Amino acid sequence: MSRHATGPGREPGRSGGGADDQTGRPRRKRVVLADSRAPVTVLRTVVELEEQTSYGEALVNQFVRTQWRTALVLGAVAMVPLLVLPLLFFAVPDLAEVALAGVRLPWLLIGIVPFPLLFGVAYWYNSVAERHERDFVAMVEK
Amino acid sequence: MDARIWALAGVVLVSAATFYLGYVSSRSASTTQDFLVARRTVRSRRNAAAVSGEYLSAASFLGVAGLVLKDGADALWYPVGFTAGYLALMLFVAAPLRRSGAYTLPDFCEARLGSRTLRNLAAAFVVFIGILYVVPQLQAAGLAFTSITTLPNWVGALLVTVIVIVNVFGGGMRAITVVQAFQYWLKLFAIAAPTFIMCVLFIGSGGPRGGEIAGLSEPLPPAFTENTTLHVETPVLLEVQDTVKLVAGGVVDGERVGGSAYWTPLGSPYEVDAGTELTFFQGSAVPVVVGAPPTNDLWLVPGGEPDDLFGTYSLMFALFLGTMGLPHVLVRFYTNPDGRAARRTTLHVLMLLGLFYLFPIMLGALSRLYVPELLVTGRTDAAVLELPMKIASGVWGEILGAITMAGAFAAFLSTSSGLVVSVSGVLSTDVLRGRVRDFRFATALAGGAPLALAIVLRPQDITMSVGMSFALAASTFCPVLMLGVWWRKLTWVGAAAGMVVGGGLVLTSLLLDTVSTFTGDWAPMIFGQPALITVPVAFLTVVLVSKATQNHLPGDVAQIRLRMHAPDGLGFIRDRAVARFGTPEERAGLSDGRHRK
Repeated sequence: MSRHATGPGREPGRSGGGADDQTGRPRRKRVVLADSRAPVTVLRTVVELEEQTSYGEALVNQFVRTQWRTALVLGAVAMVPLLVLPLLFFAVPDLAEVALAGVRLPWLLIGIVPFPLLFGVAYWYNSVAERHERDFVAMVEK
Repeated sequence: MDARIWALAGVVLVSAATFYLGYVSSRSASTTQDFLVARRTVRSRRNAAAVSGEYLSAASFLGVAGLVLKDGADALWYPVGFTAGYLALMLFVAAPLRRSGAYTLPDFCEARLGSRTLRNLAAAFVVFIGILYVVPQLQAAGLAFTSITTLPNWVGALLVTVIVIVNVFGGGMRAITVVQAFQYWLKLFAIAAPTFIMCVLFIGSGGPRGGEIAGLSEPLPPAFTENTTLHVETPVLLEVQDTVKLVAGGVVDGERVGGSAYWTPLGSPYEVDAGTELTFFQGSAVPVVVGAPPTNDLWLVPGGEPDDLFGTYSLMFALFLGTMGLPHVLVRFYTNPDGRAARRTTLHVLMLLGLFYLFPIMLGALSRLYVPELLVTGRTDAAVLELPMKIASGVWGEILGAITMAGAFAAFLSTSSGLVVSVSGVLSTDVLRGRVRDFRFATALAGGAPLALAIVLRPQDITMSVGMSFALAASTFCPVLMLGVWWRKLTWVGAAAGMVVGGGLVLTSLLLDTVSTFTGDWAPMIFGQPALITVPVAFLTVVLVSKATQNHLPGDVAQIRLRMHAPDGLGFIRDRAVARFGTPEERAGLSDGRHRK
C-alpha cells in the first residue's frame, strides 16, 4: 500500500483514514481511467535501468563517472592546499615567523582557514552533486 | 572543596539530563529497526547535531587543547584532520552508503559483495575498533571523576558505562539520537562560554606577567605562574632549557632524592618515577616532557625536523581517510531517510565541527600561559578542566570549571553511547539473532568489556590512542568503502585481503611501538602513526587481489551500483531487512513513516 492511499486503511484511526471518520461522508476522489502520456515513459526508462539493458547500464555508468569526477576534483580543491601547507612551512621556515594582526601565520593557516575552506567545498559539492542528480532524473523522465 | 561541589553538580546535571532524554525518547522504541537505525527517519539537521555530538569525544573536548598546549602548531592538524575526514566521507561515501540500504557496516560489505566470510571479518574489525575507541573515553571519565571526588579511578568509568547501557538498553539508536544532538549543543556551550569569558579576563588583565601578551613568541620556556607542588603519577622523562631550582622528594634518575636540587640542560633528561613530589618556584622555567617543544618560540612554529613532517603527513592520512571507516559514525548515516539527506547531514556536520574546534585551540594556547605545570606531569589532557580556576578567581572560576567538566562528561557519554550502539548492532545481528532482546544482551557485552579493559589497562594520551583507531579504520574499512562504492571490479576476496593486510600492519606497528616504549624507544617514528604506509598498501592489496580473483565478481553488481548511485527520486532505494527482523506486527508497523522527508 502506498503512502498516498486514502480511505479506510488497514489501521483505522491513523492519519490516512482520519478525514472520513470526522466528517462522516466519503472523501471526494478524482478518478482517472487513462492518462497515456508521462507515467508510461517514466516506467519504461526506469524498467530499462532496472533490467540492466545495455542502454540502461551505459546511462548508469556515465552518471557514476560524472559523480566520481566531481568528487575527485572538489576533493583536490580542498585537500591540495592542506597537503601543501606542512611542506611549505618545512621548506620556508621563515614563513612561520610572519604575523598577521598579532597571530602567527601557521596558526591562521592551519588553525582557522581550513574550516571555512572545508565547509565551502562541501557546500559546493552538495549543490553540484544534487544538480547532477536532477539532470539525471530529468534525462530519464524526458 | 567548593570547586569540587560545583563540578560534581555539573556532572550530575548532565547525567540526569542524558538519562531523562534517553528515557523520554525510548518510550517510542519497540522494534529492531528502532534500535539499529532509529527507523531511518532522522532528519538531516538533527542527525548532523547527533553525529557531531557523538564525534566530539574526550579526544576533541580535552585532548585537542592538551595537545596544543604540549606540541603547539603541529597539534593544529588534529582538529583540521578530524573535520576534513567528513569532507572525504561526504564526497566519496555518504549518499551511496545510505542508498545501499544496509544497517551496519558488515551488512554493507555483504550487500555489496555477497560474502558471509567478509561480513564476519568486518564484524570482527567493527567490534575491535569500537572497543579500542571506547576504552580511552572511559579512562578519561575515570581521571576526570577522580579529580573532583576522592573516589578511585574506576568509579567514573563505571558511572559512564551504567548511564550509557541503561539508555541504549531502553531505546538503542532511537534513544541516543536525541541525547547526542542535545550533547553537541551542550558541549559547544561548555567550551565556548568559558573561552569567551577567559579571553576577556586574559585581555583585561593584560596577560599573566603584566601586560606581556606577546609572551608566547619569546625563545623562552613557559614559566610557572606561582609556587607549584606537583605529584608525578606516571613515570616521565623531563628536559630543561635553563637551570631550574626545585625541591624534589622521591625517585629521580633512579636515585632517592629529598630536598633542594638544580636541574641543568646538561643533565637532561631527568627520569622522574611515579610518586615523586616536585616543588617549583614562581617564575622559574617549566621542564617539559621529552619530545615536546621546550621553548615557546619553537612551540609556536611547525616542527622543522623531517620526522615531524613525516608524522604530520601520516596523521593527515589517518584522520582524512579514517573518519569514513569509523563504525559509530557510519551507523548514524544509516538513520537518514535517503541519500540526499545523508549528504546534507555531512554538510551540516562540517559547519558544526568547524565552529567547535576554534575553541579548544584557543584554550590550548591560553593553557600554555596559565597551567604550564601540566607539561611536567604529562597530564596535558586536564588543561581544559584546570584552566578556568587559574584565570578566573573565586566562585566564578569554580562555576566555569564546573561547566567545562559538565561538557567533558557529555563528551564521554555521547561518544560511548554511539560506540556501544554500533558495536551492539553488529553483535546482535551478526553473532546473535537480531531481535530486540539480543540487542539488549549485546549492549551489556559491548559496555561491560571496555569497562573491564579500561580498569585494567594503563591510560595514555587520549588523542594518541584515538589516533590509532583512526589509522586502523583508514587501513581497513576506507579502501573497502571507497572501492566498493566506485569500482565495479571489487571482489570479496580482494576486500578481505585488504582488510587483513591493512589491519595487520597497523596492529603490528602498534605492538612494536608499545614494546619499544618499554625497551628503550628504538622504534622509528613511523610505528607510532603508520597510516602513511598502511593505507596505500591496503588500497593496493585490495586492487591487486580483486584483479586476480575476477571469477568471484558478485552477479548482481550492476543492480547494486544502480541502487547506490541512482538519485533518490527514482525510487531504487531498498532497505535491507535484518535476517529475523522481529515479529510480523513489528514489521507491519514499519510501513508508515519510513520514507518521511
